[in-house]
Amino acid sequence: MSDEKDSLARSLCWNCQSEVGGEYFCDHCIKIQPAPPDEDYFQRLGLPRHLTIDLQDLERRFHELSRKIHPDLFQRRTDKEKAISLQNSAILNTAYRTLRDPILRAEYLINLEEGAVKDISAKAPPDLLEEILELQEALETFKPLRKSSTEKGVELKKTLMAERDRLAARKGILEKELFGLFQEWDRFQDQRPVHADGPQERRRSLLGRMKDLLSARAYLRTVLEDLDEGLRDSL
Amino acid sequence: MSKIVGIDLGTTNSLVAYMDGKEPKVIADREGRTLVPSVISVDERGWMVGERARQRLMTHPQSTVYSVKRLMGKGLSDVQEERKYFPVSLTEKQPGIIRVELGPYRLTPPELSALILKEVKHRAEEFLGTTVTQAVITVPAYFNDSQRQATKDAGRIAGLDVLRIVNEPTAACLAYGLQKKKQGVIAVYDLGGGTFDISILKVKEGIFEVLATNGNTHLGGDDIDQRLMELVLQEIRAEFGQDLREDIEEVQQIRLEVEKAKRQLSTEEVTEVVIPLKQGIVYRRSLKRGEFESRVKDLIELTIVPCRQAMEDAHLSLKDVDEVVLVGGATRMPLVRRLVQEFFQKAPHSELNPDEVVALGAAVQADILAGGIQNMLLLDVTPLSLGIETMGGVMSVLIPRNSTIPTNAKELFTTFVDGQRSVDIHVYQGERELVKDNRSLARFQLKDLDPLPAGMPRIEVGFTIDANGILHVGAKDLRSGREQSVEVKPSYGLSDDDVTRMIEESFKFAKSDMEARLLIEARNEAATILAHTERALRQAEQLIEREERRQIQERIKELQRSMEGNDHRLIRDRIEQLDKSTVHLAERLMDSTLQSGLKDKNLSELP
Repeated sequence: MSDEKDSLARSLCWNCQSEVGGEYFCDHCIKIQPAPPDEDYFQRLGLPRHLTIDLQDLERRFHELSRKIHPDLFQRRTDKEKAISLQNSAILNTAYRTLRDPILRAEYLINLEEGAVKDISAKAPPDLLEEILELQEALETFKPLRKSSTEKGVELKKTLMAERDRLAARKGILEKELFGLFQEWDRFQDQRPVHADGPQERRRSLLGRMKDLLSARAYLRTVLEDLDEGLRDSL
Repeated sequence: MSKIVGIDLGTTNSLVAYMDGKEPKVIADREGRTLVPSVISVDERGWMVGERARQRLMTHPQSTVYSVKRLMGKGLSDVQEERKYFPVSLTEKQPGIIRVELGPYRLTPPELSALILKEVKHRAEEFLGTTVTQAVITVPAYFNDSQRQATKDAGRIAGLDVLRIVNEPTAACLAYGLQKKKQGVIAVYDLGGGTFDISILKVKEGIFEVLATNGNTHLGGDDIDQRLMELVLQEIRAEFGQDLREDIEEVQQIRLEVEKAKRQLSTEEVTEVVIPLKQGIVYRRSLKRGEFESRVKDLIELTIVPCRQAMEDAHLSLKDVDEVVLVGGATRMPLVRRLVQEFFQKAPHSELNPDEVVALGAAVQADILAGGIQNMLLLDVTPLSLGIETMGGVMSVLIPRNSTIPTNAKELFTTFVDGQRSVDIHVYQGERELVKDNRSLARFQLKDLDPLPAGMPRIEVGFTIDANGILHVGAKDLRSGREQSVEVKPSYGLSDDDVTRMIEESFKFAKSDMEARLLIEARNEAATILAHTERALRQAEQLIEREERRQIQERIKELQRSMEGNDHRLIRDRIEQLDKSTVHLAERLMDSTLQSGLKDKNLSELP
């Protein structure tokens, strides 16, 4: 599909033993081929490891590949072909779901770049830690009062709503900063010579900053969800 | 090539459709009816399915069962709500497997559904003139894994190779896409007999991509009937001082009457509910549409929360929705249309018959699988998040809801104790934080691990949801690269062995099933001929000799006697005898009434 696949190991077609290297179908016998185990989601969709993605182009690629490998098209084939189509289709769908969402995309890319690091754990931004702890306390006080219309309840709700808006705004700023880093990452990727790592320093720093922002964002998101949950169906 | 049919296995009615060239068509029976009531009844002569079974709801409530779909893939504790709908008794000897008591039989919901499937299969075979062995069957989009598996089991027991389980709203969208060329963002609102689904799809150049789905598998027309039934029972108690709640026959009659009233109120402003009860009492009241609507509005409003959630999950706002399509009999209610329009701010469509559109879509999907239609492709989603139990009973989500299927996830497992030989993985579906609030699907046991120090084994478990929305689990030992054996214990429903045994039983009974069907058909035909003959004898009082009349009556008695027995060949033979004996009578009748020379006609051929 593109030169993004060049790095993949060559292997043999399960059916006719011709050499294949990450193609969806064997050139020789046109049988569907299992996705190589070392292939990543970017490669599966024929894309460079970029963090800004044209969503329409991504959808077009996804649809085009689906039209080739979806299990519906292998209904009348052998069990082996059916099984490969099922697995490939599952990988394609997961790849699309991951790359479609900018946050999931970034988390996935960081994991790829840094090896098998599991989820990016939620961490409070240091400057907000105290504020958030107070906020959570206030929320706990508010919960039993949310169905009542006491003065204290009304007052607390007002404070919580204001805090909510402030944190949501902060999350927006974080995201803007994050998307700025995405573009920086892409420029860095384009600059570094193909098949060679760029300056390690800069690479590590970019990934590190993105990771911190993602952690902070994940934390804020949980806090916001808790707040929304607590404020929901209150009077 | 044999035909792959599309089957809508509904709570209230089932239908079968096929692709006639480029157009899907629903198959009707000889009387032109397309709906097969999803009702099953049994007597000492055998099984009855469909209209004949439905007619026995009132006369034989204890040996007749309906709305079996509500029991699919469930355990007894799940169906406490449903139990009030079922006059028949339910048991659960094996945990997670309900059995319905019908006469001398104890059948599981998949076996009962298989009887319905056999009926529609037979209908299709008769119409198409070929055997039908492959089918696409629809299920509510919000059905979980166990419910889908139970449906697939039902197909297997009925002798059908179920090529695909398709979601009902998605099927409806396929039918609309093919026949009405709908494009853009489409919301399908599907309120059936027992379930509610909302699906948001994006249709673009033949790709039908489901963006989100939501629903309620405990909400449908049945609940509206139930609401009205409670009202009537309460009014009877107030007016006549009679508590009929435990009187199965009366309750069934009331159910059928309020259902009729409900349907009338879709077109009329007011209806009269008249229910003759035992001891000559007659319950009578008029019901205006306004009152009806205010009594059931809260039920319909329950559909709005899933609609909102689906829109949110699809990351769309209401203005992005291009079309709203209505599916399911209950969407005929003006109240439903009004509330849907209010929510989506758009007038909903129902150009295709809401009862038939799901079956039509299933036939379209069948044709796609057969390689007929090549430019259409359906990309559906899994309705519920899938996860495993982790420390403290917390649900760890592996596959989030609304993921396009097929989809997969991988997870590494190891041991906690030195020499541990097996690991249990408990899989759940649902959206809650704690597994206890979600639905247990199955326990998977990794067996025969090499005895190693704790934490050393590295077993990679792959969870794959296939295009039917059904989970498959496989495991690999990363140290040895060997496939790891996994034992599946489903939390609800049949094991593979159960299904295999039921298929065998069903083959064994296939011959007697066929005999039973031939018998029923012969009896039906005999009943028709008897009615015609008796009418003719009354009309032709003066036209034939006493001796001829005596002979005909003799033949009638013989036919009636043969109907008591179980030999369909004998009945056919007696029908023929009676037919022969009435040729002259028919002629005379013709001569006298029409003065025409229609000869050699027997009675059943007369107008």
